[in-house]
Amino acid sequence: MSPLDHRMGIDVGGTNTDAVILDRDDQVVAKAKVACTPDITGGITAAIDAVLRAPGVDASRITHVMLGTTHATNAVLERRNLRKVAVIRIGGPATLGVRPMFEWPRDLAGAVSAGTTVVDGGIEFDGRDLAPFDGEAVARFLGSVGGNAFGIAITSVFAPVSPRHELLAAEIVKRELGEVHLSLSHEIGSVGLLERENATILNAALVGVARDVARALREALEAHAMAPATFFAQNDGTLMALDHALRYPVLTIGSGPANSIRGAAFLTGTVDALVADVGGTSTDIGVLVNGFPRESSQGVEIGGIRTNFRMPDLVTIALGGGTVLGGTPGDVRIGPQSVGFRLLDEALVFGGHTPTLTDSAVAIGRAVLGDPRRARPRRRLLESAAGRSDALLADAIDRVKTAKGDQPLIAVGGGSILVPDVMPGVSEVIRPGHFDAANAIGAAIASVSGQVDRIFHFGANGRKAALDEACDEAREHAVAAGADPASVEIVELEEIPLAYLTSPAVRIRAKAAGALQGVRQSDSSTYGGPQ
Amino acid sequence: MKRLLDPPALRALARGCAILGAGGGGDPRIGLLQALQATQDFGPAELVDIDELPADALIMPCGMIGAPTVHIEKIENGNEGGRLRDHLEALTGRKVAALMAAEIGGSNGLQPIAWAARIALPVVDADGMGRAFPLVPQVTMELAGIDVNPCVMTDERGNLIVFRAISGHWMERLARAAAVEFGAAAASTEYTMTAAQARGATVRGSVSLAIRIGEAVAGAGGNPIDALIAEIGAFRLVSGKISDVERRTTKGFVRGSVVVEGLGDDSGRLIRLELQNENLAALERGQVLASVPDLITVVDSETADAIATERVRYGQRVTVIAMPCDPIWRSALGLEAAGPRAFGYDFDYAPVEELTRVPA
Repeated sequence: MSPLDHRMGIDVGGTNTDAVILDRDDQVVAKAKVACTPDITGGITAAIDAVLRAPGVDASRITHVMLGTTHATNAVLERRNLRKVAVIRIGGPATLGVRPMFEWPRDLAGAVSAGTTVVDGGIEFDGRDLAPFDGEAVARFLGSVGGNAFGIAITSVFAPVSPRHELLAAEIVKRELGEVHLSLSHEIGSVGLLERENATILNAALVGVARDVARALREALEAHAMAPATFFAQNDGTLMALDHALRYPVLTIGSGPANSIRGAAFLTGTVDALVADVGGTSTDIGVLVNGFPRESSQGVEIGGIRTNFRMPDLVTIALGGGTVLGGTPGDVRIGPQSVGFRLLDEALVFGGHTPTLTDSAVAIGRAVLGDPRRARPRRRLLESAAGRSDALLADAIDRVKTAKGDQPLIAVGGGSILVPDVMPGVSEVIRPGHFDAANAIGAAIASVSGQVDRIFHFGANGRKAALDEACDEAREHAVAAGADPASVEIVELEEIPLAYLTSPAVRIRAKAAGALQGVRQSDSSTYGGPQ
Repeated sequence: MKRLLDPPALRALARGCAILGAGGGGDPRIGLLQALQATQDFGPAELVDIDELPADALIMPCGMIGAPTVHIEKIENGNEGGRLRDHLEALTGRKVAALMAAEIGGSNGLQPIAWAARIALPVVDADGMGRAFPLVPQVTMELAGIDVNPCVMTDERGNLIVFRAISGHWMERLARAAAVEFGAAAASTEYTMTAAQARGATVRGSVSLAIRIGEAVAGAGGNPIDALIAEIGAFRLVSGKISDVERRTTKGFVRGSVVVEGLGDDSGRLIRLELQNENLAALERGQVLASVPDLITVVDSETADAIATERVRYGQRVTVIAMPCDPIWRSALGLEAAGPRAFGYDFDYAPVEELTRVPA
């Protein structure tokens, strides 16, 4: 048993890969920022190499490594490295009105689908069978597509009420095909058949991507003779043990912004605040509630596919340090183009010829960077742009709020010099140290969560029993994901009554979180496994 | 006027149905996807004016009854509409000539099109509400004295019930109870009528209006709100942001109120919206600006897309528009069925164009 000592957080972003090392007292020992490479491996390796070279770092003391990456999103957008999935929907004779993957872009469906079927079965909202489950049809379908599918995605009508038909289908898959990746919708998403089915299919398609990232990480660590416990950051800014992440890669897809928000909380010791993460091209504004990113109540689109798993609720605007300015002082144009990583060559204050928001910040004295004299000839444009940029930022901040009243704003990210000290609706602007590594620090925070989001019917024991059941399940999920059972507590509990239903049914969302266990034994894997 | 309901028309229709839903009626998206698939598989349905049908042609009003939460999970089989048609023909001994949406607002504005495409029947350019309402008898056919019978209800499995209700209100009670047993979602038809009857008993032109709304908003470029207002002759009540939301679900209905705080030219104004599934009334300093049965819709200030009552939340930049309902709702019978007092408010109805003197 190796107790928690130093830990490394890595965040693979769009432009840079950040790495940071925290000691046992959560102090930053070292940090590094390197440019991303076309293949994710290079960036991870370079960031690990760079941070381990920093003075005072002892690789042998690093017991835990946490990785956050948006790689899965990019794989979907670029239709790259996606696995073929056989899609089983359990819901006939209902649901045939919209067949599986009907709305998918043709090329993405072609890259992912190994065949789809709708078999009889599924659950009613009140827990009864919609129709008897047709296991024979599942077996026949597997016989026709089995050889072409690397993964199987199974979605039953009202699986959030009862997963029993999905579990029956899973047994048939294991019997017919042996070890093959299985994605079951009740473990992925909530109410909304098509969105949950889409998320379940994407999950199965992304298993290969997750394994590639895991392999890259392991090889980079082995090159330094390290074998720490490894974790992936997930959409709510908490961690999943590696083997868990390999089964649910879609749950890591929103981890980038979540890491920044969690990092901002950690760096400031604040649990309720607004967070602005200002990068080179865009700004994400999110909300920290009780130490976690507030999650969107509506579905998110990934590569044109509607899904309904939970993601941080963000307002994103095209404002960043590299945002290009145009027009005239009286009618200034801001972005959306950005010079991105070429900022140090192209911005005026760095000797370039492109006016950017960084130049604006320098021109009005908000930042001291480069050579301020170079910005002087365009001073009127730059001042006008700063005013406009502040107004856009203030508007975005107001949009993300869910209640009246002033709140503190934590400004993080490399471009956070753009954020003014005084803003409407903001009680104070907090600028923590290590603001430029908030994302990687967020990944390194050792917190693990488990969630439940499904429909409960009040039985003989009423509402209380349903809430207890939801909380117990959330705690179990947190422990399965790697949390120390002794530290797990419920951090979020929400009841959503179902409109137009007269019987007492309610959707309950519960989240439990706890500290990372010192050493994790591989949990008994229910589904999936090596291929 | 013959028009095929092709995919571009269906997409425009879905946006229009959301706006005509006045905050309710359910997300048209699930109805749109079904209509798109049926169109892809069977070809587009035809949109016809009632006047193009022979006077004795039979029109079947239809739609889904139940909980929107269930519709997005237990999607229809697709054959429900055809089965309703078959049984209606068996009951009446006559051929059904066309389908009609009982309710243009929300998802039910598209559902009959998915069914019509499958059975190669036209859809009439009319509906029974011109908007969305929660109850079976809150339709213009009831006001016009059309018999609610024969009522037929079916599910995706093939179960089927024929009702003989003594009134539209009894059909509401019986149908709601049966829908729960079907799994909180079922397809139904009521108020079957001839084309001659339908001329004075429906909201005419509502399908093409919804399509025009969708096309105006999508094609507007810079200012979709202005395009929307111009297209439907609506009144802009306020542009601002949602500054307070108070919402609760009781007995299956979303109730509550929303406060919109004016921005820009409307700075300093506070408008309160009262809602029960749909937006029912807009008030400013105790004065009514608009109320049911006129339509009140909250739209996104940038895109002009409708925001349903259950999706309204603090901080959204919205414009609240109101538009006159079909004149049939302004009759004494219409106001008794769907005026402010029918929803429990203690004030009398006045038309939105009188309450809001200056059109936007």
